[in-house]
Amino acid sequence: MPTETRVAGQLANLYGLMAEFATPEELLAAAERTRDEGFRRMDAYTPMPIEGLAEAIGFRRTVVQQIVFVAGLLGATGGFMLCWWMTVIAYPHNVAGRPLNSWPAYVPITFESMVLIACLSAVIGMLALNGMPQPYHPVFNVPEFLRASRDRFFLCIEAADPRFDLEGTREFLESLKPLEVMEVEK
Amino acid sequence: MNADEHEPVAVIDPGPDKVIGPGHDYDTVTEKIAGVVYRPMSRTPIQMFVGFGIAFVLVNLFLVAVSWLFYRGVGVWGITIPIAWGFAIVNFVWWIGIGHAGTLISAILLLLKQDWRTSINRFSEAMTLFAVACAAMFPILHLGRPWLFYWLLPYPNQMWLWPQPRSPLIWDVFAVSTYGTVSFIFWFTGLIPDFASMRDLRPNTFVGKIWGLLAMGWRGSARHWARYQKAYLLLAGLSTPLVVSVHSVVSFDFAVANLPGWHTTIFPPYFVAGAIYSGFAMVLTLAIPVRRWYHLEDLITTRHIECMAKVMLGTGLIVAYGYAMEAFIAWYSVNEYERYAFYNRVMPQPGTYWWTYWLLILCNIAIPQLLWSRRVRLHTWAVFAIALVVNVGMWLERFVIVVTSLTRDFLPSSWGMYWPTIWDWATYVGTLGVFLALMFLFIRGVPAISIFEMREVVHEEEPEHAHGD
Repeated sequence: MPTETRVAGQLANLYGLMAEFATPEELLAAAERTRDEGFRRMDAYTPMPIEGLAEAIGFRRTVVQQIVFVAGLLGATGGFMLCWWMTVIAYPHNVAGRPLNSWPAYVPITFESMVLIACLSAVIGMLALNGMPQPYHPVFNVPEFLRASRDRFFLCIEAADPRFDLEGTREFLESLKPLEVMEVEK
Repeated sequence: MNADEHEPVAVIDPGPDKVIGPGHDYDTVTEKIAGVVYRPMSRTPIQMFVGFGIAFVLVNLFLVAVSWLFYRGVGVWGITIPIAWGFAIVNFVWWIGIGHAGTLISAILLLLKQDWRTSINRFSEAMTLFAVACAAMFPILHLGRPWLFYWLLPYPNQMWLWPQPRSPLIWDVFAVSTYGTVSFIFWFTGLIPDFASMRDLRPNTFVGKIWGLLAMGWRGSARHWARYQKAYLLLAGLSTPLVVSVHSVVSFDFAVANLPGWHTTIFPPYFVAGAIYSGFAMVLTLAIPVRRWYHLEDLITTRHIECMAKVMLGTGLIVAYGYAMEAFIAWYSVNEYERYAFYNRVMPQPGTYWWTYWLLILCNIAIPQLLWSRRVRLHTWAVFAIALVVNVGMWLERFVIVVTSLTRDFLPSSWGMYWPTIWDWATYVGTLGVFLALMFLFIRGVPAISIFEMREVVHEEEPEHAHGD
């Protein structure tokens, strides 16, 4: 079999190269180096959140807070409108001559609806942005990756990165002094 | 070194200054916390079986009590006119108050960046969840026709009847259901990364697949963590005013009414403080035995116990201020009925509940003052005993508020007494069983301490030990 085809075939089945580190500090430094090197398609995997890691791999901002803000506004509006509609339109009820639109009494329900919708959207929005539930992901093909939820810290450069080439990227990752460099199959 | 061949870390309580025992690294905390769940049945502490057995008997008592209630109606309880709100409402307020400590620990202490929050937050969130479940049952059981409970919800029906949103009782429906839902998602969100850890500890097994299903494919990506932390922080920020609002709304059930002894503006803050007070007492009641049975003294340390004892002391003093203000306003209002309501509560006279008031002062104000002493705070079992006393005291407080106010209102011709029946007690003790049974199952079934947050603690506290090999 000609060498070219073998490499191409392997590349077609390759998700990326993964380096394993023992400490979050080493991973953080490695992620920064990798980004400086010009790689963009990469991700880091850690058993706990590491401050500054998302920025180091080039993740600038999340829209979770915007989703929650809009959802909170909608929840509050919905809660208030529900009370108003029930007491003014659907089931008007004269209580001792007080106005039908007795808005101060609607405040608790307005507030609770705001919190409910905002909290639900925070979690559902976070899961949706993370693409979860996602039962399969190539990184799970690496046996060592079981420790990513335990005590090891991983950096993965994806084959889809324009600067990726199997030999060169492997050499670069080795230069970061990881415990090991592994190929990740799709 | 293979991760499975760790020497177990010695269980050392590091005392009142540190939140984690010496010698832990990322892997040992994972092993230790997951080990509580993965421990074979034969090595589960015997106390867990005994405790669950007792709780299970009480669950059955609860089922019997509720079946009898459904069959015969609320007349099986001691409630009468004028005391239509008996144990059911006392227990409702008591249980929901207990839940508040969980949210306080997980949300407010997160925002305040308190290091002793981790390792008790998961546990208290579960406590919140089960306490709210117990609480929410009572108003429904107290309905004359509980199967029509959905009439409380605004839904289009053929009679075109809608709930009255000017009533605190309907606010309660919204507050408690929101509180239950938010507590659940807060708890579940916190568990997702730990589900992934549990999954990866038992790859290719049936139980591993169940964890995998719950983890939803969590892989610890840095992008995911960034969104996760943002969402978690927002949940905490939203839960903080929520927890204050829930018990305020509960207090409106009383404060908005005209009844002397209920119609008081201090109720919302005083109820919230009381809720946190009783909740911390319940966390201590549960955490102290469990940490002992499972040898978790290195993760739930004396520092955690001492900090919780201090919060209990502080909130207890706010509650004491609330009692003092009730007395002061009764006098200062120059309102005949207010004054009488207070007099009726405190003056020893036959045929009244005066003794419950003084018992409550003893339990909630006198005995907890022992916590001023550092020696008492550092003595775990003394704190446990005081926590039990506070649990009883806070229940008595709700009894005094609900029952004594109702027994003697404006007109002597409509005065009456309330005596709980065996079915009142059976329902109350039954929910204690439901709560404890759920807690036992939780401790045995899911990581009761947040594993990934403990790794963060390891990272901060023990940099030299963090990396096992």
